[in-house]
Amino acid sequence: MPLAVELRALSFAYPHGQTVLRDVDLAIAHGEFVAVAGPNGGGKTTLLRVALGLERPTQGEALLFGEPAHASSHRATIGYLAQRARLGVDAPATVREVVSAGRLAASGLLGPLRRRDRAIVAEAIGRVGLEAVADAPLRTLSGGMQQRAFIAKALAGEPSLLVLDEPTTGVDVEAQDALAALLDRLHRELGVTVLYVSHEFGAVERFVQRLVLVRSSIVFDGPPAQLPGVWHDPSHVHV
Amino acid sequence: MFESEFMRLAFAAGAVVGLLAPAVGFFLVQRQMSLIGDGIGHVAFAGVAAGYLLDVSPVATALVASLAGAVTIEWLRARRITAGDQALALVFYTGIAGGVVLVSLAGALDVNLLAFLFGSILTVTRMDVVVIVVLGLAGLATIGLLYRALSATVLDEEGARVAGIPVAFLNVVVAALAALTVALSMRVVGILLIAALMVLPVIAATRVAWSMASTIVIAMAIGLVSVFAGLTAAYYGDLPPGGMIVLVAAAAFALLTVAGTLRRT
Repeated sequence: MPLAVELRALSFAYPHGQTVLRDVDLAIAHGEFVAVAGPNGGGKTTLLRVALGLERPTQGEALLFGEPAHASSHRATIGYLAQRARLGVDAPATVREVVSAGRLAASGLLGPLRRRDRAIVAEAIGRVGLEAVADAPLRTLSGGMQQRAFIAKALAGEPSLLVLDEPTTGVDVEAQDALAALLDRLHRELGVTVLYVSHEFGAVERFVQRLVLVRSSIVFDGPPAQLPGVWHDPSHVHV
Repeated sequence: MFESEFMRLAFAAGAVVGLLAPAVGFFLVQRQMSLIGDGIGHVAFAGVAAGYLLDVSPVATALVASLAGAVTIEWLRARRITAGDQALALVFYTGIAGGVVLVSLAGALDVNLLAFLFGSILTVTRMDVVVIVVLGLAGLATIGLLYRALSATVLDEEGARVAGIPVAFLNVVVAALAALTVALSMRVVGILLIAALMVLPVIAATRVAWSMASTIVIAMAIGLVSVFAGLTAAYYGDLPPGGMIVLVAAAAFALLTVAGTLRRT
């Protein structure tokens, strides 16, 4: 089985800009739970965008399920939670409407959802514990619940790879812990590969098998237990 | 009022416009592009002027100009050549400037032109109604077919892009629908006020709606009522229809804001 995510000797620079990523090698196998961390401006969001095919590498290769990321035929099986600022949390949508949007790639663009798709949407809402508010407007819910609604949206596509970009922003500490526990449960129950990208990794540290620290290049890649003590405080990654 | 043929034609055209404008406007408002209708309206003005100059149907030239303007705005925005509001400003001002020059060249600075700017129920012809109904229903059918895809893009554009949804294509569809709405509505509401009919019913609907689907349905109902009430008031009061239609939509906003506030207390 090909790797879920593979970056080979990858470098990336924005046009007329500085090199953001330099000579990055990263391989994530099916079923892994990996946290990618690093300081703001260290290139982790860029790494994510290149890995997902949203940006093309300047040098090297980005592969998704063994195919070039930008043209991968497996894109519909990626569940993606974008940064909160990019999500339409102010749209007048219900939880069910948000989650149904995650079924689009699997169900096709045209016409209404079929019965089977609606059942999968309901199941995804149940998995994140939002059944009681399934038909409530999103904007009446807390930040943590809104985030769970968007995770359910990612799950509605029955993903084999779940990617979260800065999921802790704008969410209180309790909700961060609940999110980490939820991701751990989804990882174990569904066998989904989880890629968790954040400037800090405290909430998920006890659940992840691998921690990858990015500062232009990869400066650490291994189990969290082997992380040099000084780096547990993310501010030290700057040093 | 319905014994006069021009009123029957105005109501038929108005019904389609009243439903289509808020349906398209919903996606513009949610993408925070409420003013795009205004920008396209100014380009449509250049199109009308070109129609006079070339002595062809101003509705046809307005439709071509609106589509070109809308796709240009979307292209500039998507390529990040300019920020969204700058793209709008560029097309907006080029449109109005081109329109003024073309109108002057055509020697058409007259009452007919004012009818396009502010709407006039007397100017709607049978042929106009056929074009408005056919293209308007095609626009509504497109929204119906692509409703899930368009709303998914509103909720999470980047997520849709990652999942391989053709987001750029869908954005062009929305821009083209906005252009179509402007060109079809200018006879009834007028170029300068069509954007209001796209946006005000949607903003009013959000005051009382509980979901995306209910927002769009309530907005379309407000659009329809505004057009019918506005046309009726224009007929009996000898007032400009575009202005009356938009004033009714603005009143709907005020009423529903009060209703929404009362319901929450």
